[in-house]
Amino acid sequence: MTAETRPPGGRSASFLTALRGGTGTVTVLLVLIFVVIATQNPSFFEGPPLMAFAKKAAPLVILAIGQYLVIVSGEFDLSVGSLVGAQVVIAARLIDGEEALTFPVIGLMLLFGLVVGLVNGLVTTLLKVPSIITTLGTMLILFGAVRYWTGGAPTGALSENFRVFGRHGLDGVPVIGQLPWALVIAVVVTVGAILLMRSPFGRSLVAAGDNDTAAAFSGVRVWRVRTLAFVGSALMATVAAILIGGFAGVTAQVGQGLEFTAITAVVLGGVVLGGGRGTVVAAVLGALTVEALFTLFNQLYLPSTIQPTAQGLIIIAAVAYASRRGDLRLPERLRRRPDRPDERQLDSSRR
Amino acid sequence: MNPVVSFSRDLRARTGTTGLVYVALVVVLVVSALFVAFQGRNLFTAANTIDLFTRSSLLGFLAIGQTLVILCRSLDLSVGYVAALSTMVAAITMAGDPSRIVLGVGVTLGLAALIGLVNGLVITKLRVNPFITTLGMGLVIKGYLDTRFQGPSGSIPAEFQTFGLSRIGVLPISTLVMVALAVVAILFLRRTRMGFHMYAVGGDSEVARLSGIRPELPVITAHVLCSMMAGVAGLLLASRFGTGNTLVYNNGYELEAIAAVVLGGTYLLGGRGGVAGTVAGVFILATLDTVFNTLSVDPFVKDVLRGAIVIAAVAIYARGQHARTAVRLRFPSGGAPPSAAGPPDPPTRPTPEPAAQGGTR
Repeated sequence: MTAETRPPGGRSASFLTALRGGTGTVTVLLVLIFVVIATQNPSFFEGPPLMAFAKKAAPLVILAIGQYLVIVSGEFDLSVGSLVGAQVVIAARLIDGEEALTFPVIGLMLLFGLVVGLVNGLVTTLLKVPSIITTLGTMLILFGAVRYWTGGAPTGALSENFRVFGRHGLDGVPVIGQLPWALVIAVVVTVGAILLMRSPFGRSLVAAGDNDTAAAFSGVRVWRVRTLAFVGSALMATVAAILIGGFAGVTAQVGQGLEFTAITAVVLGGVVLGGGRGTVVAAVLGALTVEALFTLFNQLYLPSTIQPTAQGLIIIAAVAYASRRGDLRLPERLRRRPDRPDERQLDSSRR
Repeated sequence: MNPVVSFSRDLRARTGTTGLVYVALVVVLVVSALFVAFQGRNLFTAANTIDLFTRSSLLGFLAIGQTLVILCRSLDLSVGYVAALSTMVAAITMAGDPSRIVLGVGVTLGLAALIGLVNGLVITKLRVNPFITTLGMGLVIKGYLDTRFQGPSGSIPAEFQTFGLSRIGVLPISTLVMVALAVVAILFLRRTRMGFHMYAVGGDSEVARLSGIRPELPVITAHVLCSMMAGVAGLLLASRFGTGNTLVYNNGYELEAIAAVVLGGTYLLGGRGGVAGTVAGVFILATLDTVFNTLSVDPFVKDVLRGAIVIAAVAIYARGQHARTAVRLRFPSGGAPPSAAGPPDPPTRPTPEPAAQGGTR
């Protein structure tokens, strides 16, 4: 999967720069984890197990892309976990096992995601509420509203058609056996996001994250691109919810903590909190790394409760490693705080 | 909203943000009391007042510590986990023996301080984003707690439980301790060199460095103190439960504490605000909780309302600040920002004072 997500063009030069940046770090880490997995379980790369891994990783990849859009524009989205949970519960309640309702409900979910993203974005940009507070509020609101609506425990059931996306795939493909729809969707979304970030909109988004005052004076409508980033994040969360709902089913806990896993993935890819730096590909690789790590833990038969400890140590180590380079200036990471992307150390112009 | 904004701006000019927060607290109290009265009940019964104060103490400890960290333009997402760990450490060390209370408190606070020290060192020396550092630290502690402990363990001697359970009149001891610590924190910020340095580093660490301050030191100190406050919160929880309980971290205390700090008028990006405002923010949240409780609002609706209220409150503060400072300072010649249509977007950051302007760019 890593091979097809690499951006085309400018290969050798951009490859070298990428190696020096966060993308290089995360690639090395991912390869390392895959090597360890392969020594533990040589059959991992034999098609079906790899496809199972892809199926499991796809939702996180999609969430990481959504979170990337928001983070690179200098904001934060803490509401995605709650949104995934809300969407799965909404789907189960509205579909309630009725096949015919599948696609209308998916349409409704996308609409709901659109509204949530729009609210997040407009409250952050127009009302000037720091995004960490805005999305924290939406997280609480979604969490409470959905549980109130269903009376505490999710009700209803998903239809078989709905579950196709998360659970099934194109059968009879040579070598790998089954090509999961989740993988197809993740690849399509990834390619779409790469193209998006190369479009004028993507450039404006990065510019707004790097220095929003400068971007505004260059003609970027900062509030608009940021709002669209939030909408993108919410839509990605909706797509991820469709995959997760299909793959794992409906529980009250679905989506819990996903926002932090997604942020971990994005940051692991070397995308800087505070905006303006990092690539989609890095975010995708970060998501794959996180998921590979979880797989590795399972293979080592570590108790699942120790996973958070390792996850915590690894993100700190990875970010410390990524920020170890550079000049001896004083805590630059400290200066790049979320919600204040315009505050930058003096040498923040592109290398 | 306009009258509200102009009123708040007017008031801010006279009393500062903290005054505004206290006015907001009074408004919340009055509106809540009226609202509850219309439902045929009384908000200020002894039971309700005790409930309000009891709620405020726990959140207060966490929010005071969080204020110090946020003032330094850092963040601590690990406080909930530190509090959970502290309940365990306290309960297991004390083991129901009154003679081990001092030891238990010492070990708990010492361990919390150590965690804060690690947070601070990782943030300043390894230059890891505070969000990631403390999130990671929280995950590390969570993993340890989940692996090592399956349920409540240890036991708190009855003598120490007075900290959480007893009260003087309607004032719980824990609330008095919280207010006392808040006063200490206010004096620390306003009277000591380290306190001033915290504001300086939070305002602009580069300018602080050029002025001869070591920017690492205030940040590390703030993190140590914040973790110790989380340790105190853990001691309070332990004394209320009577045992150590790992599941405390599920309550989302860290986010609630950040909400209280921001509600208290402390700027999320450092350098402005203070503990006095935070205490008001804590009481606002505690009042809301008490009102919801009195009216027996569905717990899920409670989450919805709390989320909406925090967003709305911060939006109102933000409007007051931006309208006043941003336009005047950013565009002194009267040149309009290049947003032909739509809202004024470029000056998203309120600037504390003109003097800071030169340093940030």
